[in-house]
Amino acid sequence: MAMEKMSIAKALNESLRKALDTDPKVLIMGEDVGKLGGVFRITDGLQKDFGEDRVIDTPLAESGIVGTAIGLALRGYRPIVEIQFDGFVFPAYDQIVTQLAKMHARALGKIKLPVVVRIPYGGGIGAVEHHSESPEALFAHVAGLKVVSPSNASDAYWMMQQAVQSDDPIIFFEPKRRYWDKGEVETDSIPGPLHRASVARTGSDLTLVAYGPMVKVCLEAAAAAQEEGKSIEVLDLRSMSPIDFDTIQTSVEKTGRLVVVHEAPVFYGSGAEIAARITERCFYHLEAPVLRVGGYHAPYPPARLEDEYLPGLDRVLDAVDRSLAY
Amino acid sequence: MTVESTAARKPRRSSKRTSAVKTPAKTSARTPQSSEPELVQLLTPEGERVEHPDYQIDLTAEELRGLYRDMVLTRRFDAEATALQRQGELGLWASLLGQEAAQIGSGRALRDDDYVFPTYREHGVAWCRGVDPTNLLGMFRGVNHGGWDPNTNNFHLYTIVIGSQTLHATGYAMGVAKDGADSAVIAYFGDGASSQGDVAESFTFSAVYNAPVVFFCQNNQWAISEPTEKQTRVPLYQRAQGFGFPGVRVDGNDVLACLAVTRSALERARRGEGPTLVEAFTYRMGAHTTSDDPTKYRADEERASWEAKDPILRLRTYLEKQQAADEAFFTALEEESEALGKRVREAVRAMPDPDRMAIFDHAYADGNPLVDEERAQFAAYQASFAEEGN
Ligand SMILES: Cc1ncc(C[n+]2csc(CCOP(=O)(O)OP(=O)(O)O)c2C)c(N)n1
Repeated sequence: MAMEKMSIAKALNESLRKALDTDPKVLIMGEDVGKLGGVFRITDGLQKDFGEDRVIDTPLAESGIVGTAIGLALRGYRPIVEIQFDGFVFPAYDQIVTQLAKMHARALGKIKLPVVVRIPYGGGIGAVEHHSESPEALFAHVAGLKVVSPSNASDAYWMMQQAVQSDDPIIFFEPKRRYWDKGEVETDSIPGPLHRASVARTGSDLTLVAYGPMVKVCLEAAAAAQEEGKSIEVLDLRSMSPIDFDTIQTSVEKTGRLVVVHEAPVFYGSGAEIAARITERCFYHLEAPVLRVGGYHAPYPPARLEDEYLPGLDRVLDAVDRSLAY
Repeated sequence: MTVESTAARKPRRSSKRTSAVKTPAKTSARTPQSSEPELVQLLTPEGERVEHPDYQIDLTAEELRGLYRDMVLTRRFDAEATALQRQGELGLWASLLGQEAAQIGSGRALRDDDYVFPTYREHGVAWCRGVDPTNLLGMFRGVNHGGWDPNTNNFHLYTIVIGSQTLHATGYAMGVAKDGADSAVIAYFGDGASSQGDVAESFTFSAVYNAPVVFFCQNNQWAISEPTEKQTRVPLYQRAQGFGFPGVRVDGNDVLACLAVTRSALERARRGEGPTLVEAFTYRMGAHTTSDDPTKYRADEERASWEAKDPILRLRTYLEKQQAADEAFFTALEEESEALGKRVREAVRAMPDPDRMAIFDHAYADGNPLVDEERAQFAAYQASFAEEGN
C-alpha cells in the first residue's frame, strides 16, 4: 500500500499527470495551463512533459474553451478544461447548460460527453470580486451534469481519476483556499464511487453535512463541540449532484439532528435540497428542523468583509447549539 | 427559532486570512514577437518628432509638458500602489507600467461628456478623467468593489470579467446616438480580451447600429502567460475590417500618436460614422498583477528591449530637445510626484474597513424582504458577541 503526504494541489497535479499518462485521448485545456502551469499551478510541469498538443493553452474565451471541448469529446477525446476562477465560468455557462449537459440525452444516448470542467471555487483568499464565489447549485440544478468537490488530498486525487473516466460531463469544483492543505494520499486502492458521501468524523448527537472548503470548518467545529461534551458526526458530501441521501439518512436516523453548511448563499442553495429530502425521509427521526448555514442573499462582499460573510467556526457552532436546543 | 435566543458567546477561534495565489518558480524563454507591422508613430523611441500623413498634431509646449506630467504622476501612483501591495496594504495590484502613453494619450483625447468603460488597469485614463487615484485602490485593498460614482467623471467602474464592458460601452453609445448627442464612448480592453465572444459581439452590434464607440485595445503582448499569438493570427487592428469598420494600429508607447489617433477616432464617432478599433501596440513591463511571476513564461531580454521604447523617456528627450521644459519644471514635477506618493500612501493606510452591515447594502435598489431578514439576523448574531463585552 503506497501512502504519500501531499497538498490538494499536488494531488490534483499528480492525478492529472496519471490521466494524461494512462490515456492518450485525455487532453488538458485552459487559460495559462501550459508554461505557467495555471494560476494555481495545478497543471505545473504537465505541458513540459506531455507537449502542447496534450496540454493546450487556449485563447482567453471560456465559451470557446468549453464549446471546443465538446467538439473534441464528440471526436473521441476526453478533455479536462480549466476555468481560471469561479466567477469566470459564466461566459461558458451557455455551452455547459444548453449543450454539454443535454447532448447525450438529445442524441438518445448515442454519444457521450466525457468532459471534466475544473473550477477553483470559494472564498477565503482575500481576492477581488468574481474570485470567491460558490456557484455549484447553478450547475447541480441542471440535469445531465454531475457536480463534485473534494475536500482533501486523497479525494482530490481519486475523484479526479474517476471524473476523467466518467462518460458524463463532470463539473469539478476545487476548494481553492484548501489547495495547500496536506493530507495522506493512498495511491493504490480506489475509494468508493464518485457520488458516495463519506463519514469524516463519527458522532451521535448531531450530523453536520458539508463539502469542499467547509468540511475542514465542520471538523473543527465538531472538535470544539467535543470539548463541550457534544458528539458531532461530520459527513463530507463529495458529490453535490447526485447527492448520496442514503448516507445522510443513516446518519440522521442515528443522531436525529442535521445542520448543512456551505459557502454558497443559503437561499436556493444545496442545503435547501438536502433539508427537503431529509425531512421527507427522516421526518419521524428528526428532533429539530434541519438548519442551514451559508452565505447571504447579497453579492460576495469585498475581501475585508469575507470573514463575516463566510461561515466560520462560530456560525457553525451557533447552528449546532440552536439545533440541540430543540 | 432566531439567533437572539442563543446565549451570547465569544468567538471560539478567530479566523486566519490566508494569502492569495502562490507564487511560482523559475523561467523559460519564448520566441520574441515575430513582427511589428506598421504603426502610427509621431515620436520615435529616440525622441524624434516624425510626421504621419493621416494624423497630424500640433501641441504647445505647455500641452506637451501636461502630457509628460500626466505620465510621470501616473507612473508614480502605480509604483506607490505596487509598493503598498508589497507592504500588505493592498491585496492585489494590476500595474500599468509601460502603458502610460497609451492611457494618457487616449485619455487626453476625450471630452468631458465622453464616457469611458475601463477594464481593471486603466489607472492613467482614470487620472485623465479626474478620478482621485486613491479611489482606485479600494477594490484592490478589499474594502469595496469600485468606490466611485461612474457618473461623476463619466468613468465607469473597473470590470474584472474580461471583455464584458465592451458590450456595455456599445449599448451606452447606442443610447448616445438615440439621444442625438454628439458625445463619444470609449471601451478599453486587452489583447487577451479580444478572444472573448463579448468583444466580437460588441463589434457586431456597434457596426450594425453605427454606434459612436471607440474600441481601444492595449495590446501589451501578454494575457497573463499567454502571448498575443495565442489569441490571434492576424494583427488585432485588422479584425475591425471584417466587422465593417476601420482599425488602426498605433505605437502605444508614443503619447502623441495615441492622442492623435484616438482623437481622430472619437471625432469620427461624433460625426456619426460609427466605431473604430484602435490597437495600441505596447508592453506590460511588470507582472500581470502582483500575484503573477512573469519569469515563469517570458524572457528578461524582452522587457529590456521594450525599456528602450519607454514612453516617458522619449517624451522627455523630445521636451529637452525642443527646450519645451527646463530643469525647474522637472524638479517641480519630481516634488509633485513625491507628494502624490505620500498622499496615496497615507490615504490607503487610513482607509477604514467597511462596516459589517455593508454586506447587505445595495443588494437591491428597491429592497428585498429576504435581505432585510438576513440583515436583522446577522445584526442580532453580531450583537450576541458584543453583549459579552468582546
Ligand atoms: C472571463 C474571464 N476569464 C478569465 C479571467 C482571468 N484573467 C484576468 S486578467 C487575464 C488576462 C487578460 O489579458 P488581456 O486581456 O490581454 O489584458 P491585460 O491584463 O494584459 O491588460 C485573465 C485570463 C477574467 N478576469 N475574466
